[in-house]
Amino acid sequence: MEMVKLTIDGKPIEVEENTTILQAAKKIGIDIPTLCYFQLNDMNIENRPGGCRICVVEVVGRRNLAPACSTNVAKDMVVNTHSIRVLNARRTVLELILSDHPAECLTCAKSGSCELQTMAQQLGVRELPYQGAQSTYRKDTSPAIIRDVDKCIMCRRCEMMCNEVQTVGALSAVNRGFMAVVAPAFEMNLEKSPCTYCGQCVSVCPTGALTEVDHSRNVINALADPAKTVVVQTAPAVRAALGEEFGLAPGTLVTGKMVAALRRLGFNYVFDTDFAADLTIMEEGSELLDRLTRHLKGDKSVKLPILTSCCPGWVNFFEHNFPDLMDVPSTAKSPQQMFGPIAKEYFGKKLGIERKNMVVVSIMPCLAKKYECQRDEFKVNGDPDVNYSLSTRELAHLIKFANIDFNSLPDEDFDNPLGESTGAAVIFGNTGGVIEAACRTAYELYTGKKLQKVEFNELRGLESIRHATLDFDGLPINIGIAHGLGNARKLLEDVQAGKSQFHAIEIMACPGGCIGGGGQPFHHGDSEIIKQRAAAIYREDVGKPIRKSHENPFIIKLYEEFLGKPLGEKSHKLLHTHYFDKSAGTFIEE
Amino acid sequence: MAKIKYHILVCGGSACQELKNEEILSNFQELIIQKGLENEVQTIRTGCFGFCEFGPTVKIMPGNTYYAQVNALDCREIMEEHIINGRTVDRLLLQNVAREKNMGVLQETKPHRKQIRIALRNCGFINPENIDEYIARSGYQALGKVLTELTPEATIEILKKSGLRGRGGGGFPTGLKWEITRKVKADQKYVVCNADEGDPGAFMDRSVLEGDPHTVLEAMAINGYSTGADKGVIYIRAEYPLAVERLKIAMKQAREYGLLGNDILGTGFNFDIEIRYGAGAFVCGEETALIHSMEGLRGEPTVKPPFPSESGFLGKPTNVNNVETYANIPAIILKGSDWFSSIGTEKSKGTKVFALAGKINNVGLIEVPMGITLREVIFEIGGGIKNDRKFKAVQTGGPSGGMLTEKDLDTPIDYDNLIAAGSMMGSGGMIVMDEDDCMVAMAKFYLEFTVEESCGKCSPCRIGNKRLFEMLEKVTQGHAVMEDLDKLRNLSHVIKDTSLCGLGQTSPNPVLSSMDNFYHEYLEHVSDKKCRAGNCKSLMQYIVNPENCIGCTLCARNCPVDAIAGERKQAHVIDQEKCIKCGACMEKCKFNAIFIK
Repeated sequence: MEMVKLTIDGKPIEVEENTTILQAAKKIGIDIPTLCYFQLNDMNIENRPGGCRICVVEVVGRRNLAPACSTNVAKDMVVNTHSIRVLNARRTVLELILSDHPAECLTCAKSGSCELQTMAQQLGVRELPYQGAQSTYRKDTSPAIIRDVDKCIMCRRCEMMCNEVQTVGALSAVNRGFMAVVAPAFEMNLEKSPCTYCGQCVSVCPTGALTEVDHSRNVINALADPAKTVVVQTAPAVRAALGEEFGLAPGTLVTGKMVAALRRLGFNYVFDTDFAADLTIMEEGSELLDRLTRHLKGDKSVKLPILTSCCPGWVNFFEHNFPDLMDVPSTAKSPQQMFGPIAKEYFGKKLGIERKNMVVVSIMPCLAKKYECQRDEFKVNGDPDVNYSLSTRELAHLIKFANIDFNSLPDEDFDNPLGESTGAAVIFGNTGGVIEAACRTAYELYTGKKLQKVEFNELRGLESIRHATLDFDGLPINIGIAHGLGNARKLLEDVQAGKSQFHAIEIMACPGGCIGGGGQPFHHGDSEIIKQRAAAIYREDVGKPIRKSHENPFIIKLYEEFLGKPLGEKSHKLLHTHYFDKSAGTFIEE
Repeated sequence: MAKIKYHILVCGGSACQELKNEEILSNFQELIIQKGLENEVQTIRTGCFGFCEFGPTVKIMPGNTYYAQVNALDCREIMEEHIINGRTVDRLLLQNVAREKNMGVLQETKPHRKQIRIALRNCGFINPENIDEYIARSGYQALGKVLTELTPEATIEILKKSGLRGRGGGGFPTGLKWEITRKVKADQKYVVCNADEGDPGAFMDRSVLEGDPHTVLEAMAINGYSTGADKGVIYIRAEYPLAVERLKIAMKQAREYGLLGNDILGTGFNFDIEIRYGAGAFVCGEETALIHSMEGLRGEPTVKPPFPSESGFLGKPTNVNNVETYANIPAIILKGSDWFSSIGTEKSKGTKVFALAGKINNVGLIEVPMGITLREVIFEIGGGIKNDRKFKAVQTGGPSGGMLTEKDLDTPIDYDNLIAAGSMMGSGGMIVMDEDDCMVAMAKFYLEFTVEESCGKCSPCRIGNKRLFEMLEKVTQGHAVMEDLDKLRNLSHVIKDTSLCGLGQTSPNPVLSSMDNFYHEYLEHVSDKKCRAGNCKSLMQYIVNPENCIGCTLCARNCPVDAIAGERKQAHVIDQEKCIKCGACMEKCKFNAIFIK
C-alpha cells in the first residue's frame, strides 16, 4: 500500500492511499461533521452516497467543495476543513435541510437521539433564513414500523440497509427532486411490501422518519387496570444494552436493575424470555436430533439442514423469498411465542387467572417481534398469546417516564417459575448463540456424555457467514451461521440449489444477532458498542450456575407437570407453528 | 436501378413535424404516382435543415433549391412547375419568403453563410434510412481506415491532436478520455453514446440521429476499436421515436454490410451496438446517472471518482461520448487532425451546433466554427431580433447556463470564454431575449426547470433550488425585501459549491448572471415594485385615467371579477385588490382611458 502525504488544516499527515479525507482528518483529531455517512466497522456496512453535503471541505485547487466522506486523499493535497467558505456552505446546507424538516422536536420519538437535532446544535443554527414549502407525504403505519417520511432527509441509510445489507428490497428512493422520498415500490404501504420488520432501517435512521410502533401506552393502560394480571418477559439481549439508555458504558449488564425497574413499574410477575429460550432448545434441539437420526438411518423424506426459527425477521424473510423451503426451518416457535401460551395456559391456569385477565408483555431488542405477536396463528379466539411487545428503547422511555432512578436500583431476581434460565438461553442474544445452545443440549442427548467444555468458540464471532464442524462423539456435525439477511440469502440459495453441506444453520436477521436488533438503543454507527454487548452476553453465560437448557430444573418440571415430552402432542400444539407463502399477493392487492 | 432525376427532400425535424410535414410528404408521394414518375422522382424525409422559422421546408435536389412555408396545396405547384417544367416557384423560395417577412439578412443563395457543417455534414443531404447514401458520402471510410491502417493508439493520437472536446457540455478532451479508457485493464469495456438530450428546446443530437445515424454508429465502432470495447450502447430518450427508428434501421443495415458485428471488414474486430431507452430525465445526461439508468437503477449521479472510464456500465470501464462529439469523429479521421484544428480558437477546435431560439428571426439549427462571435450568430445568421425589438440578453448552455449581454456580443464563442463570461457552452441551446423579457422572470423560469429535474439525491440541489425558485417568485410578486437579494446570492454560491453533480453545480447560473448583469431589474422589483419589461403580472396595475374616462361602463360590464366600480357618466375606478390583471378592460375601452402602471 502506497503512502500519500497531504496537509489538512495546516497539519502535515501521511496516510495510505485510498483513505478518504474524512478518515485522514480523523487520524489527526480533526472531526468533520457528517450526516448521511454511516459505517459499522468490521461488518461491511457502509453508506456514503455523498448526498447530504454536510461534510464538504475545501481542497485547494479544486473548483467546488469536496465531500470528505467520499473523496480520497491525493498526493500533496491541501485541505481546509473549517475555512469560512466551508463553514458558510456547511451551515447553509444544514439550514436548507432543516427548512424542509418539520419542527416537531417536542413530540418526536427521536428527540434526544436525533442526529439532525444534534447537528443543528453543533453548527449553532438558531434561525432558518431559507424557509419555504415543505415536502409532505402520507404517514405509513405498519404493525411494527412507522414511516413519517416528512422527517426524511434522504440520507439513504435505510435504503442501504434494506437493499445491500438485508437484500430485502422494501425501501428505495422514489419520485424526483424536492418530492423525492424513500418508499416501497409503487409507493405501497410498508405492510404490503416484502418488509420483514427487521427494523435495521429504524436503527440507522438519523431522524424520526422511521420509528417503531410505540406500544408503551397500551402497556401503561394494562398496568393501570386492576382487573389485569400483567406478566412481563425480557429477551436476553435487552439486559446487555438497556444500561446505555441511562448513561452506563456499553456492555454493562443490568439484569438485576432491569428486573427491579419492571417490578417498580407495576408488572405483577417479572419473568424471563430466557426460560422460553431453554424451552426452545428442548424442542428445536429435539427436532434437530430427530431429523438427524432419521437422516442417518437413510430416511429420504427428512429435510436437512434444519434452520433455526426463533428470529421473526428471518421467518418473514423466508416466507417472502423462499416459500419453496418452508419445510426446512424448524417448526419450533420463537422463545417469545413459546412464553405466551406457557404463561397463559400453564402458569395462569395454575394460579386461576382467566386468560382474558392476563396480559403478557415482552421486552425485546427487536421490532419484528411486534409483528410476530400480532400474527393470527398466535392468538386464541382473538386473544394474542403475547399482547404487547416493547423495544429496549420503549422500556427505557417507560422507566424514565415513571421517574425511576435506574442506576441506583438494587439488583433483584426474576420471579419463578418462568424466570429461571440457563447460560445457554442467555447467548441467544448473540449471533451463533442459538446454535451453540442447541449443540450443548443435542451433544449430551445424542452422545449420552457430559460436555467437557460447554463453550463452542468455533461458533462465535462477528464474521458474516461462519461454519464449523463439531465432533458429536465421532459424528461430524456441520454447522452454518449467518447474521444479516443478505448473508442468510447466500446460505439459503445454496440450500435451494442442493449444494448446502450443513446439518444445521442458525440465522439471525440483524447484524450481530439480537444485540444489534432494530429495537436496541441507537449505536449511531459505533460497532464497538455491538461488540461490548456481545461480550456482556457471554459474561452473563459464564456467570450462570447452569449453562445447558436441558438441566434447567423448571424446564424439567414443566415437562413433567404439563407438557409431557419434547415434540409430544401438547408441545406440538402449544410450542410449534407453521409458515405461510408470502411471495406473492401482498404486493398485488389494492 | 432507376435513374432518379429529382429528389424531393422534406425536412423531418421536430419543428417541421409540428407543421404537418407528413402531409406534404404524402402529397408529394401521391403526386409522383399520379404523374407516373415513380422511377424518376424520389421523396426523402431528412433530418433538420435548420430553417425552423420557415417550416415546413422542402429542398429539391439537384439545385439545392429550398422552398419555405410550403403548405399541402403548394405541393402540386412545385411538382408541376419545378419537377416537370423545370421552373422554380419563386413565391415559395426560401430567400423570397424571408425577404417578404423582412427577416434579417439571409443571403440570397447561401443561407448558411458563416456556417461550417462537420457534425451536420450529411443532415438534409442524404436519406438517413439508406446506408448506400451514407457510404456514397465517404461513410464508413474512416472506420475502414482505422481498422486497416491505424493502431488504436494512433487513432487516439489523431483525436488528441485534433483538439476535439466533448460536445455534451463538459468540454473534456475526447482523445484524452479515450486514452484513459484504453489504459484501464478489464475483461470487458463499453462505449456509450449519450443521446439523452434534455435541454428544453435543444435538438442538436436529435437532428444528427435523425439525419445521419450511420455517422454515430461508425464513430462508436472507431471508439470501440480505440478503447478496446466490443460492445456499444446508445442511451436515447424514448421521446425520440423517429431517431430510434432510424438508428434501428441503420444498425440493421450496418450489420448486413458487415460494418457491425463480428470480424468487421475482415479485420477480426468485433463490435456491436444496442439501444437503451431513457425516460427523459434531464439529469440522466450526466454520465454516472446515465449509466445507472442503463443498468435499470434510479437515474441519479454518484460521486466521481470513480469515473466511468474506470468503473462504469455494470462496473466495467466505459467511455461515454455525446452524439455530436461522435458525429465529428469520422470527418476528423478522414480529413486529419490538422484540418480540424485549423477551425476554431486556440483551446476550442472545430465547430459547434447550436439551436437558436427565442426572440430571434431565424429560429433553427446552425453549425458554426468555434470563435465566431455571439453578434455574428444572432445578427447575421440569426437575422437579428424579432420585430426589430432591442436585444437584451442571450442564454447559452441551456437551463443552467448564464445570461450574456450586449457587452459579451463580440466575445468569440468557445468553452473557456463562455465560462469566463459567466455562462457555459452546454450542449448548445441559445435563447435570445429582448427588451420585453424580464430577467428575474427568466431566471425563475430556468429555476422552475431545474427544480423539476433535480433527482433529489443531494440536499443543496434538492432543497436549495426550490428555495431559489421560491425567492425569485417572491421577487416577481413584489413581496421580496432587500435582504432576500443577499440570500439569493449566497444560496446560489453555496448550491454551486456543494452540489453533487453538474446539474446543481450550474443550476444557479441564471440567477447569478442575471443578478450580475441586471441587478437594477432586481432592485426595481424589490424597492419600486416595478417590472420594466411588464412581464410580472403581480407588479402591474391597470389604472383608469379619469380625464379620458367618460363613464360608458363598458369596462365594468366586461370585467370578469367585478373589480371596476363607477356611476354612469362618471370616471370609473379599478379595485386593485380584486383585479386579476386579465386586461379585458383595457381591450374594451374605446377612449384609451385605461393604462398600465
